[in-house]
Amino acid sequence: AGKKEIDPNVVEQIEEVLLTSDVGVKTTELLLDEIRSALSRNELADTDKVWDALREHAKRILRVGAGGGLPLKAQPTVVMVVGVNGVGKTTTIGKLATQLKAEGRTVVLAAGDTFRAAAVQQLNVWGKRVGCEVVRGKDGANPGAVIFDAIQKAKDTGADVVLADTAGRLHTKTNLMEELSRVARTMNKALEGAPHETLLVLDATNGQNAMQQAALFKEALPITGIVLTKLDGTAKGGVILGICAEHGLPVRYVGIGERAEDLREFEPDEFVEAMLGRASGSEDAAA
Amino acid sequence: MFDTLTRGFRQARNRLAGLTELTAGNIDVALREVRLSLLEADVEIGVVKAFLARVKEAAVGRTLETRVKHAGEVHQVSASDHFIKICHDELEAMMTHEGDEIAWADGGPTGIMMVGLQGSGKTTSCAKLSRYLEKQGKKPLLVAADMQRPAAVEQLKVLGESLKIPVFNIPGESPVAICAAARGEAKRLGRDVIIYDTAGRLAIDEPLMQELAQIKDATKPENIFLVVDAMIGQDAVKTARGFNERLSIGGVVLTKLDGDARGGAALSIKEVTGAPVLFTGIGETTDKFEPFRADGMASRILGM
Ligand SMILES: Nc1nc2c(ncn2[C@@H]2O[C@H](COP(=O)(O)OP(=O)(O)OP(=O)(O)O)[C@@H](O)[C@H]2O)c(=O)[nH]1
Ligand SMILES: Nc1nc2c(ncn2[C@@H]2O[C@H](COP(=O)(O)OP(=O)(O)OP(=O)(O)O)[C@@H](O)[C@H]2O)c(=O)[nH]1
Ligand SMILES: [K+]
Ligand SMILES: [Mg+2]
Ligand SMILES: [Mg+2]
Repeated sequence: AGKKEIDPNVVEQIEEVLLTSDVGVKTTELLLDEIRSALSRNELADTDKVWDALREHAKRILRVGAGGGLPLKAQPTVVMVVGVNGVGKTTTIGKLATQLKAEGRTVVLAAGDTFRAAAVQQLNVWGKRVGCEVVRGKDGANPGAVIFDAIQKAKDTGADVVLADTAGRLHTKTNLMEELSRVARTMNKALEGAPHETLLVLDATNGQNAMQQAALFKEALPITGIVLTKLDGTAKGGVILGICAEHGLPVRYVGIGERAEDLREFEPDEFVEAMLGRASGSEDAAA
Repeated sequence: MFDTLTRGFRQARNRLAGLTELTAGNIDVALREVRLSLLEADVEIGVVKAFLARVKEAAVGRTLETRVKHAGEVHQVSASDHFIKICHDELEAMMTHEGDEIAWADGGPTGIMMVGLQGSGKTTSCAKLSRYLEKQGKKPLLVAADMQRPAAVEQLKVLGESLKIPVFNIPGESPVAICAAARGEAKRLGRDVIIYDTAGRLAIDEPLMQELAQIKDATKPENIFLVVDAMIGQDAVKTARGFNERLSIGGVVLTKLDGDARGGAALSIKEVTGAPVLFTGIGETTDKFEPFRADGMASRILGM
């Protein structure tokens, strides 16, 4: 083929792909501005280069905080898992426990969702599956007290990690968010420095509401990382771009199914290629 | 709560301020703002385009009555108010459905099958619906047919117990076998509505979609409802299309509307499948369940 040219509709096409991936208007504009200015400086030779530049921008945004797995900084390391209803908190705990167990760590699960019907039983099934202890209170028990006991238990037995489940709650419910802050403070009373990690679980099928979720959970709690679940579906999870750009929170893991082994460390490059198509010249890039 | 959306529409209004006629020229600016607002509300992009085209057609060429006489008094109506009303009415028309929410069986118990993505709110909505129907004098039976998610059966049992509504399950059996046996159980217990709770699944999960088709064949439910999380984004359309192609869904339950999600999916799904939103979930407890109101949703989407 002869010299390639830049498709005059490329900016429009990019916009469409970003919007259908749930990137959202604001972040889409941010990315398009970079593309437009590179185009006006004649920095991009052909259409493929335009898409390459877009992929690079997106990857750069997602590389905040270097992501990666869970740093175990203390003995025990206490991890609090939070998020809105039904995103995959309890399942993620089951998966994380599976990984930690395989690495030879001892894990205690804290059944801090004392509200939802059979949430404790659900975590208990995971505990049995993985082969680790589940500390539970009575139905309707104070979640802070249950997690306090779990941390105590981990200290007594020399366990490596405590994974604390919490009830799903919508970020707009101020009283529930305050309760969550109180639970975090109680954890600190059980062990100085706890929770060492507070993971916000986000559902990749969610659209722009995830922006509000991140903003309000971050306001109430010292969020240290994100787990993006349900990426095995057709949803792209593009809203995470805006969240990373705005809050600088690293994505630590992605959920890619319901089984114990369906948790992966987040790879920005892989994520972006799943969203925008693979490297230069590929057909799906402009699809 | 609906900040961005309201802002968008406010800007659209400002752009039209002082105009007395909507023309192809002046309306485009306003429509661009509306487009952004709808996208922020998670309306699917294709549906946004269709909506804008319809609004444009409805609006262009209309000379706007700026003074309206009503009940003997003269009111000022701005071009922008008029434009907003056109948007509202079009949205409402797109989401409206007529007739009963539930299709009732001629004889024997009425079947309602609940399907949807993982975590969308199926189990909770089954319990809510059973309570809602019982209040109307029905005698529902809940069927726990999620044999996959840990403690899914227990979850429905706890909810059923709290409502004193029976929950049917056969430990160790397949979902298809459990659902097929539920009719006999309903007859035995004298129940007239059967609500099937199924496991969450992706529309692209072929074996699990096959299982739903088998449950449908075995139970021939009068109603198949897709349960959708109001926070869902652009994927609403692929998901709804996937479930609809396999099962031909009759309606949608839109959950978690008690948050600040704008719920653009209500519009997208109706547009793409023809299945209307019938009920909404507005909280975690079993009383937080209401029939859907298209006018309320249109206003919500417009931030009015
Ligand atoms: N496909 C898919 N499903 C997932 C994934 N993670 C979790 N799920 C499913 O999503 C549903 C909800 O998961 P849970 O772990 O119960 O979610 P939760 O956040 O604890 O829910 P609540 O405690 O009710 O707020 C379950 O059916 C899980 O099996 C994932 O990565 N992919
Ligand atoms: N705030 C709020 N939470 C809801 C609503 N409906 C369901 N939930 C919550 O959402 C979470 C998931 O609900 P489930 O009923 O377990 O969802 P599901 O679709 O049965 O999930 P799977 O069976 O795992 O696919 C739970 O925490 C529910 O309490 C609602 O209308 N509002
Ligand atoms: K995906
Ligand atoms: Mg949970
Ligand atoms: Mg369920």
